[in-house]
Amino acid sequence: MKHISIKNNQTIPLREIPALDYITFLEHNIFLLTKSQGTHCVNYYGFPSEEKIKLICCIADDELSSIYISSSEVTATQKLPSFSRRNLVFEKFEREIHENFGLAYTDHPWLKPVRFPFNRFNKNSTVGDYPFFKIESEELHEVGVGPIHAGIIEPGHFRFICNGEQILHLEVQLGYQHRGIEQLFIEKKKLLQRVTLAENIAGDSVAGHTVAFVNLWESLCNYHPGRDLQLARTLALELERLAIHTGDLSGMCTDVAYQLGSAVFGRLRTPLINFFQSWCGNRLAKGLVRPGKTNFPFTPELAAELNSLLDSYESDFEDICEELFTLPSALARFEKTGVITTEQAVTTGTVGMTARMSELNRDIRSSHPHNLYDELNHQPVIKNQGDVYARARLRRKEINQSVGYLKALMKNSSSGEHKPAPLAIPAPNSFAISLVEGWRGEICHCAITDETGNLVHYKIKDPSFHNWLAMALSVRNNEISDFPIVNKSFDLSYCGHDL
Amino acid sequence: MISFILIVLASTFFTGIIIRMKSITSGRKGPGIFQPVKDVIRLFKKGSVYSETTSFIFQAAPSIYFASVLMAMMVIPLGRYSGIISFEGDFVFFAYILGIGKFFNIISALDTGSSFEGMGASREALYSMFAEPSFFILMGSFALLTGHTSFQQIFASLHFGSYISYILGVLATFVLVMITMIENSRMPIDDPKTHLELTMVHEVMILDNSGFDLGMILYATNLKFALYGALIANLFMGSFPLYLTIPIFFGIQILFALAVGILESFTARFRMNHNAQYILALSSVSLLIFLGVLLVLGQFS
Repeated sequence: MKHISIKNNQTIPLREIPALDYITFLEHNIFLLTKSQGTHCVNYYGFPSEEKIKLICCIADDELSSIYISSSEVTATQKLPSFSRRNLVFEKFEREIHENFGLAYTDHPWLKPVRFPFNRFNKNSTVGDYPFFKIESEELHEVGVGPIHAGIIEPGHFRFICNGEQILHLEVQLGYQHRGIEQLFIEKKKLLQRVTLAENIAGDSVAGHTVAFVNLWESLCNYHPGRDLQLARTLALELERLAIHTGDLSGMCTDVAYQLGSAVFGRLRTPLINFFQSWCGNRLAKGLVRPGKTNFPFTPELAAELNSLLDSYESDFEDICEELFTLPSALARFEKTGVITTEQAVTTGTVGMTARMSELNRDIRSSHPHNLYDELNHQPVIKNQGDVYARARLRRKEINQSVGYLKALMKNSSSGEHKPAPLAIPAPNSFAISLVEGWRGEICHCAITDETGNLVHYKIKDPSFHNWLAMALSVRNNEISDFPIVNKSFDLSYCGHDL
Repeated sequence: MISFILIVLASTFFTGIIIRMKSITSGRKGPGIFQPVKDVIRLFKKGSVYSETTSFIFQAAPSIYFASVLMAMMVIPLGRYSGIISFEGDFVFFAYILGIGKFFNIISALDTGSSFEGMGASREALYSMFAEPSFFILMGSFALLTGHTSFQQIFASLHFGSYISYILGVLATFVLVMITMIENSRMPIDDPKTHLELTMVHEVMILDNSGFDLGMILYATNLKFALYGALIANLFMGSFPLYLTIPIFFGIQILFALAVGILESFTARFRMNHNAQYILALSSVSLLIFLGVLLVLGQFS
């Protein structure tokens, strides 16, 4: 076998991952991706193993709900052909491997670091001499935005090449938020420290990243969480989706200067995040999800509160959606703005909402169900226009879906008494992978342990990692003044990308 | 003189009413209606910071801009009472003195060397250029109708006799309202509340101004609103006595501010490339007025 096929949240001994020679490894993974539309690359990374670099590639098969893992060992001095030449999905993964280990690919389209972390391989390359794409012409002008940015958005540098008001090219350069989270996961030995780290990967996906971490950790410890834990996690994920999608619709209204929508969606979001506050004492759901236990059980009183909250939310939400989606001036801004074609979405390997709005069926909730999504029998919402309007509509439909899920989950919540069982030590010499559909898309966490069960490598992939490129492509030939609304409609994470 | 004082008075609450209206429609209480003026006073107490890349133009421009608006205010009459200056053809003076202010604003934005401000300047120049024909066709039609070429005489002898002239009044109000929105960079052309430099028109041009200079620019904007409001009010005054014209003046200013507030609350702004078409379409409305005037004058019989 050239790969091992595992399920979501499964732990396998490290030695069971087939180690191939690099060329077979390359050919095989490229083959897996071209085999059918239903496969995509969820993670491809390297980790140091005894003077060598072990590359691990994880390809998810959405139709069979399995993940194919294969690996190859290479040395930093080897000259290697790149995956990216064959399939552009790997472009950013290979740039990251290059940044970490200095692997020099012979035919990578444009090998440059993704970010500039403290432990990068080549300390001589700095963000100051980052090689931006350039077009020499008297007619064109460059507009640089950021990294010190207006408002309270996170830092990122956007460089536009414009012909008058029209954007020809946008390059997004991130990395200013790099905190070394993956390294900290290894350094911090206490479980509580690690969960807290997971909570702080991206402030808007607290539930998403924390659930990914605890699922992974429980799998490593061979712990099977009870129904009450699974319920709380699924509720948290859906509630987070609901809150952030509502907030995003508000943000999109703000960016087209539609004040009514901005105010009403903003008002609708607040009670949702306030519900997290009354559930776990934090509006962002920090502290709610813990491996092997919960400090804040979901009580019947909370269920009643959430039910009444959702009832009043739903009717107001439908009203304002009616207003927004029939307002000509708003539709004029949304329609045909920032289009991503299905072809572009496939090439850039987008995930989550960004994939679903371009007719790509990528939803971990249905393809690799985790927690209680098995029971919900989730059917992804798919749009095909790929413009800002499609993203707004997708949010509306997903909100409707989430409200339904929350109500259904609470209906069959048999609040069985929770019996905390101590977590065992993680399995030694193992590899585990966890996929979670956060509100933004697929979150992937991978862990590797040593012979004593200590964590030796931890890899996080936020959906923003691929999707930034899709956003940059979508603004081409749009007006530069439409960039903010396009950017908001994708709503990608800076810190989730930078880690 | 009286109109000058009234415009200054109206400028203290005009933008305040817009902001308050927008707050109320979005379910907030909002600041008091004198808040914009208080902000300007606060700014007047501050010093300015100048970028090293700018020259004297950047420092002179806000004063020239402010002065240009004051000059434009001087030619505005109130019913039969003429402004401080009044002469034949003063509406041309009015348009171009404002144009000079705008010109200095634009070159001071270019002076900063920022790519944002350059974009803003080019947009503002384009929109003003497109708005110009509609203003002149409008005023030219009135000049033709009344046989006079100064604001005071045009407005004093403008009376609505026939049905067509009522239509002319409505159309003229519409054109003037839209010109006001364009010249003041308000919705649906520009969003004064946005924090996104890439979509700004006017706001992005004054990013580098601070303290006293910024205060002057902001107050000039308030004055400009009241200035155009006064122009609209004049359409409806005829030669009424003072005790009627002053309430009409404030009534129309307040109505206008409320209308702007409501307009800005319930629509989204235009896509940037639709702005130019939209502004040019205003000229055709002006042409309708011209046609109406020709009808009134019996040129077609």
